[in-house]
Amino acid sequence: MLAYTIYLSFAGALVLAVLPRAWARSARVFALLVALCGLAVGLAAYVSAGTQGSVAVADVAWVPAMGIHYTLAADGISRVLVLLTGLAAVAGILFSWNIGDKEGDRANEFFAFFLALIGGVYGVFLSVDLFLLFVFYEIAIVPKYFLIAIWGSTRREYGAMKLALYSFAGSAMVLIGLLAAYATAGSHTMNLHALAQYPFPVSFQMWAFPLVFTGFAILAGMWPFHTWAPTGHVAAPTAASMLLAGVVMKLGAYGCLRVAMTLFPHGLDPWGFSFLGINSWRTAFALFAVIGIIYGAAVALVQNDFKFVIGYSSVSHMGLVLLGLLTLTQIGLDGAVLQMFSHGILAGLLFATVGRIVYERTHTRDLGLLSKLQLGKAMPFAAWLFVIAGMASMGLPGFSGFVAEVQVLIGAWRAFPWFAVVAGVGIVVGVAYTWRAMQRAFFSDLPALDTNGNAVPVPEYEPVTWAEKAGVILLAGTSLLIGLYPRLLLDVIAPAVQALPHALLTGGRP
Amino acid sequence: MNGVNYSDLFFTTLPETILEVVSLLVLVVDLGLLRKSAQSTRMAVACTLGVLGSAFAILWLLVHPQAPSVADAALVATPLVAAAQIGILILTALVFLLSTKAKFSRNPGEFSAIVLLGTTGMMLVAAARDLLVIFVALELLSLSLYVLTAFAKSVAQSADAALKYYLFGGMSAALMLFGFSYLYGLTGTTSLSGIAKSLATQGVTPLLVVALVLVAAGLGFKVAAVPFHLWAPDTYQGAPAPVAALIASGSKVASFAVLIALTGGFITSSAYAQGSTWVVLLVWMAAGSIVLGNLGALVQTSVRRLLAYSAIAHAGYMLLGIAAHTEQSGAAVLYYALTYALTTVGAFGVIAIVERGAGSDRLDAFAGLSRRNPLLAGTMLIFLLSLAGIPPLVVFWAKFNLFAAVLRSPSASHWGLGLVATALGASAVSLYYYLQVLKRVYVLKPIETEPMPISTIELATLLFIALAVVLLGIFPGLLSAWIPLG
Repeated sequence: MLAYTIYLSFAGALVLAVLPRAWARSARVFALLVALCGLAVGLAAYVSAGTQGSVAVADVAWVPAMGIHYTLAADGISRVLVLLTGLAAVAGILFSWNIGDKEGDRANEFFAFFLALIGGVYGVFLSVDLFLLFVFYEIAIVPKYFLIAIWGSTRREYGAMKLALYSFAGSAMVLIGLLAAYATAGSHTMNLHALAQYPFPVSFQMWAFPLVFTGFAILAGMWPFHTWAPTGHVAAPTAASMLLAGVVMKLGAYGCLRVAMTLFPHGLDPWGFSFLGINSWRTAFALFAVIGIIYGAAVALVQNDFKFVIGYSSVSHMGLVLLGLLTLTQIGLDGAVLQMFSHGILAGLLFATVGRIVYERTHTRDLGLLSKLQLGKAMPFAAWLFVIAGMASMGLPGFSGFVAEVQVLIGAWRAFPWFAVVAGVGIVVGVAYTWRAMQRAFFSDLPALDTNGNAVPVPEYEPVTWAEKAGVILLAGTSLLIGLYPRLLLDVIAPAVQALPHALLTGGRP
Repeated sequence: MNGVNYSDLFFTTLPETILEVVSLLVLVVDLGLLRKSAQSTRMAVACTLGVLGSAFAILWLLVHPQAPSVADAALVATPLVAAAQIGILILTALVFLLSTKAKFSRNPGEFSAIVLLGTTGMMLVAAARDLLVIFVALELLSLSLYVLTAFAKSVAQSADAALKYYLFGGMSAALMLFGFSYLYGLTGTTSLSGIAKSLATQGVTPLLVVALVLVAAGLGFKVAAVPFHLWAPDTYQGAPAPVAALIASGSKVASFAVLIALTGGFITSSAYAQGSTWVVLLVWMAAGSIVLGNLGALVQTSVRRLLAYSAIAHAGYMLLGIAAHTEQSGAAVLYYALTYALTTVGAFGVIAIVERGAGSDRLDAFAGLSRRNPLLAGTMLIFLLSLAGIPPLVVFWAKFNLFAAVLRSPSASHWGLGLVATALGASAVSLYYYLQVLKRVYVLKPIETEPMPISTIELATLLFIALAVVLLGIFPGLLSAWIPLG
């Protein structure tokens, strides 16, 4: 059943691509319906599969001569991320409801690229055949470029090209590793589980693991390969930022776990020597993750562009995901997957607030200018929304971010105590940048005076539309629900983490 | 070459004969019957006859994929050769279909006849397994292409390109013939199987090295591999668009087919294969082509030149497969050459239409194409993404299959991984320049806004090619009846 998430999205994209241009308004309604169907399918599958293990979805021989099969299956991790994709897709379309209002918006094309991207993301999360996974992974790259380059804002062509090249370079690294693994294992299968059984020589894993891990981690925004993320997020139109931060960065983290760590668990083993206290790829990448947490948070603290604040905060939060993965403990991995979900929802909400609700009305994202607009009074909805989303994002108990971050930190404390301390500091800095942005944008106490020193009346903006409210309720509600009752997801994630290859969970230890 | 069986010869070369007959027929019809007709009618008739001739030859090959070899296997007819020949014929037919509305020439009959002659040359090249036959067939192909390049008589650039192409080509043909003469002197035979037998018992002598270097120079020119690539950008830019498409497609397929055959002749025993001169030459040419081709394409402002540099890079990828010289890698190279050629013909078809509508092939001429002609833009999107190796389009499969074959090859163990990594890294670079074109097509605003005119037959052909690129990408098994995958 889950396979229909993929088919529906691609079919929807195809229909939109050939729809007459005059039907822009119908296009977005149609796109919303397609996304809702995808979410419904994902939700139904999530509920019906319950806590059981991997559910087979499809298995057809694709190119038998090369041992490539069209194999789809969904374990708990995949089902959680499919659900996230469905939510992000629906929310993204709701927050793009203004596209198609004007002549020349090219709404059909926008939603066609949007759904094609979503289809690719669903495909990655469901693929078991690595070749298939790679195909979907690459399919997701091209629509991103066009979404940003055509409908974006600040330096959009630069941001779009940078993002496309980083993604493509990352996927080239992944492809080298996959090809080498495929050829080494005798080139008769690309099935993830079959390849994971193959005893690759440790020396082989030692170079293949960092290559493939880095390739995927580029898309997850791992420091020092994160620079595409802030520029890309800022350049992208709101819906694309929401998808980028919400699900595309998760593709990278998912690939790290599902492909790099599962196929080459011995790549995490100690090298046998130590350099500056780093004695394995595991520690090296964990260090990068921690630097990402601190660096992203610190840079977010000094940004003047509201969207850059959120962009760098994504780098920081994705660092937590990577750190959680590298703990190789049950609780750390649980937390990492939960953090993927939580950050997907919250980053979407923050980008929607900044990029859609505020920017589309004020036409500025400069915190200095925003601080003079009395937004707290002019847009109370946006202000309170940002308070809620910001609190959730900085890890306030009661929201999804808290549960995830605590688990990651506990896992990290067991594996790398010092890194856990530093990551904790990063979370504190997270409070600072969220607070600062919130204060500057919404609750500035600057007197609202014009050049002559007269008081400026509170500006009036267009009222908040139903689509915006619906999107907010969807995302904020989900975050609150998960925060109050995390077992909704954790009960599904935990068995899936337990079912990961034994070598992975015991890896990194001699 | 004793004891030629003429009936075998007749049956083996029947497809080529069909093309020859049709090319004479085109001349008779065009110069005899249609002399008073309008230019456009003459072009349409000439191209239609060309398509029909190709179709007949394809039909014959489909029915008889395996004919007896002739004259000590100077010409062979195996299923793989038949696949290459059918591919070449399909490409030629597509080029004809895309030329029906072309206005570059006042001599449609001659154009069509020479294209058919060139195709005959390509088919013979693909089947030849004897040095002399290879040389003669290559010359038939090359001479036809020189003439065709100069066919736009009113355009100075066309003559310029043809002269450059001819001078380079003549020189490299001379070098290759010189190399062949050494090979003959060393082995006493011109048949590739005989050369293979004889070389297996000899060591590497300086004379052999010289001979191989000369042959590599000759064929390196044909496939536009570095350092014999300098003609390609000028020729791709100056030649009439259909001719450039032919040079980039059918001629490439034929040249790679003969490279596969020659490599089979030079390398037989595995002891000799390790570090053999020929492999070393191919690997260096491949590495140079991959790097220079992709870097050169980055700075181009003419889309034709951009495709020329990308063709150099693609030739580099295919040379890796040749150097790996296993049975699978040979088939993988052929698969790559055919699918790459198909995509390139489509891309040149779009370029021809844009040139006619906007007057140039510069990047800016493509600005806003998606608003001036969405279907044309859509096909260009598919072709360029296929060239960039984005799944699920067909060149991605070809690349995967080729590189997997290279990595599997036992003789490529010490260079395979490094060069495949280089190739994949370089193809990440290549996305940049393909996106430069697509950015114009989809992102930038058009300078002129009126729709870009396109004739039904051109649109149908382009849609057919685009559909083929997509379908072959989604169902790569479709071709495996002719070319085994994996």
